[in-house]
Amino acid sequence: MNNSFLRVSIWVYLAIFFLYLLGPLVIMSITAFNSSGFPRMTPWECLTFQWFGELFQDQRILNGIKNSLIIGAGTVVLSVAMGLAGALMLTQIWPKLRATYYTVIIAPILIPGVVLGISTLVFWDRINRMLGLGADSFLSNGIFLTVIGQSTFIASYCMLVLVARLQRYDVALTEAALDLGATHAQAFRKILLPFMRPAIASAAVLAFLASFENYNTTTFTFGEYPTLTIELAQKVRYGITPSISALAFIIVALTVFFALLNEAKLKRQELVAAARKNATVEELAGKIKLPSFFAGNMAAVLVVVFAVATITVVGTATAYNPGQCIANVKEQKRLEAEQRIQELRKQREEQRKKREAEEAEQGDAQQSAPKPSNNSGFGNVFAPNTLDSDDEDDATGAETPSNNGGSGGVFDPNSLQDNQ
Amino acid sequence: MSAGVGVDLENLWIRFGDFVAVRDANVNINGGDFFSFLGPSGCGKTTILRAVSGFLDPSEGKVLIGGNDMRGIGPNKRPTALIFQNLALFPLMKVWENITFSMEINGASAAQRRKRGDELLDMIALPGQGDKLPSELSGGQRQRVAIARALCAEPDVLLLDEPLSALDLKLRQHMRTELREIQKRVGITFIYITHDQGEALTMSDSIAVMRAGVIDQIADGKTIYNDPNTAFAASFVGENNVFRGKIKQVMGNEALIRTNRSGDLVARVSTANQGKLKEGDDAMMFVRPEAFAIAPDGATGDHFVTARVTHEEFEGNAYNIFTEGEGGKEIKVSLPNLGQSFEDHTGQNITLEYETRNAVLVPAGELAAE
Repeated sequence: MNNSFLRVSIWVYLAIFFLYLLGPLVIMSITAFNSSGFPRMTPWECLTFQWFGELFQDQRILNGIKNSLIIGAGTVVLSVAMGLAGALMLTQIWPKLRATYYTVIIAPILIPGVVLGISTLVFWDRINRMLGLGADSFLSNGIFLTVIGQSTFIASYCMLVLVARLQRYDVALTEAALDLGATHAQAFRKILLPFMRPAIASAAVLAFLASFENYNTTTFTFGEYPTLTIELAQKVRYGITPSISALAFIIVALTVFFALLNEAKLKRQELVAAARKNATVEELAGKIKLPSFFAGNMAAVLVVVFAVATITVVGTATAYNPGQCIANVKEQKRLEAEQRIQELRKQREEQRKKREAEEAEQGDAQQSAPKPSNNSGFGNVFAPNTLDSDDEDDATGAETPSNNGGSGGVFDPNSLQDNQ
Repeated sequence: MSAGVGVDLENLWIRFGDFVAVRDANVNINGGDFFSFLGPSGCGKTTILRAVSGFLDPSEGKVLIGGNDMRGIGPNKRPTALIFQNLALFPLMKVWENITFSMEINGASAAQRRKRGDELLDMIALPGQGDKLPSELSGGQRQRVAIARALCAEPDVLLLDEPLSALDLKLRQHMRTELREIQKRVGITFIYITHDQGEALTMSDSIAVMRAGVIDQIADGKTIYNDPNTAFAASFVGENNVFRGKIKQVMGNEALIRTNRSGDLVARVSTANQGKLKEGDDAMMFVRPEAFAIAPDGATGDHFVTARVTHEEFEGNAYNIFTEGEGGKEIKVSLPNLGQSFEDHTGQNITLEYETRNAVLVPAGELAAE
């Protein structure tokens, strides 16, 4: 009893945990397919792929992606090289200095990105001036500065990744290579580097992702080359459209795809290694097997399912035309709006009649409590024209329960236009 | 045996800060010999090996290979190949790539390397295993791959740093024979580092016994076992019973030693110490367990020891009797099992007898830790 309670609470906890982690991503991904002009999941209007189309027509976004990719590549090269050098140094340095050296080289991770950005800008500007170069020189180029600025701390991340692998390296391997006649350079290239390759790959991926998502440092250094994050941040300032959700969806999908692909590859290597060890047993068993890539490899199956799903969706997207649906929704909205206007007119008519009746009675009623039927306490104070939109909002919320959202189409610029 | 390239150490000192790892080592290793450095861990034998292979510069003295001073010559330029304690096979390379690594460095083509690799795989009795990874081989196979890799570099001197220590007993004994055979076949100088006296005795032409950076004795195995120079050499190589005392009388190559418990005992003075031990010197007498025999009760004299039996054990090939000995140590007597019946002596006094030539007298000194 106690045990089962514990188990249930663990599952509940897990569910909440994953909801917290993945919920926003899922919702954002779904909004990318809703035809509503504002990224939202409810009310669901129409399935559409138009936001992907819009995304790929947005020159600023595309340019941002291009800059991000260039800067990411530069950062990967510089950070991994510096990280590897730093990691090697850590193993070579005089043991008494090691702790100090480690602290110094890890410090950039602890320094706020903003500070790194400003200091990069100031430092290279000084150098630029010292060398007597103009504002358009290489040293004040946005890409150069951003790569340098990001690498100052990303190199430390890379070093941490590389050090972990390097600690498992047996120095005797280098000595063995030297002993067999290799020079130090040959031993490095033929023995140490192949050994470090998996860690270098991880560090490169890490560096690229860190560079791609960086905002704090980049915002000071990008100059004339805004990256994707910078562009997004600037866009959000003027209100966002679902095309940003579409971009998020693409990034999420790519991430999941590559994670699965990597997992499948690792799993495959494991299976191959296992198969090599007991090859004869497998051969003897002679049972029907899936193609070797899939056998017992859940991740590989998922990769294929994922790829097929993507192709299907893209295929459908090109053929699918939500025009009819969107037209329907527009029509519906128009009807709703008309209905609202009708109701509003009726309401006003009633108010007008009441007022006339009161005026006719000539009583002091005007100074008594406001009429409960009037939504706006000062309804009679302002001119009816200026009140139009506000009154409509309140009225729709209260009087048209058929509308799903509490906020209705209020924030949707399109629907507002429709109303008028 | 073909005359290989000899290795000489001349007045070799190696220091790490204040710590002296090797103290004034002088060794002449003949070309084509199987030479072992034998000593407990931390005695400096690996340090000597690293100095020969070039990973370490001597603080003083010289390392000569084939008569040439090796000072300033890096490990990749010396005619030596080292087999590491953990073998240090390249984990990401296939077996044949491992073996022919030295050829890759010299720019040999893949076809040439493959061919030579297959030859060497045949030599080490692993034909057709070239495409495996080292991790897919067994311990003994890896061992042989490491040897093949070193031999592929065609060194004049092969250095082996306790290469068998990671193997289990059966395999170790098998590899001893195999190593010795390979050495005879290729005819180059082997320098072997070990703390296992069995390995050193079975394989070596010559052995250097080392203790805390000092070489105590250099000789062939028989001499080391039968005629040790020092108390350390006597106690480290093989099992030995020690009797401490003062020299009472020197009679040519023999001497009488006065012990606390067992009275006066006679022993042969070890060759290196003849003429050096004088009356009144502290000395140690060593008698091997198998050199004792049980004497009739009541026998007395200068080659009889009487002691109380503490316990006995049957070892299969021998029957061991342990008695109270000098200074808290026990005396071990090993009687070969020849089918005779053994009676239990536990708790009784027995008298043991030895022949004078089997008792060796050396100056008192540090014993090997047990």
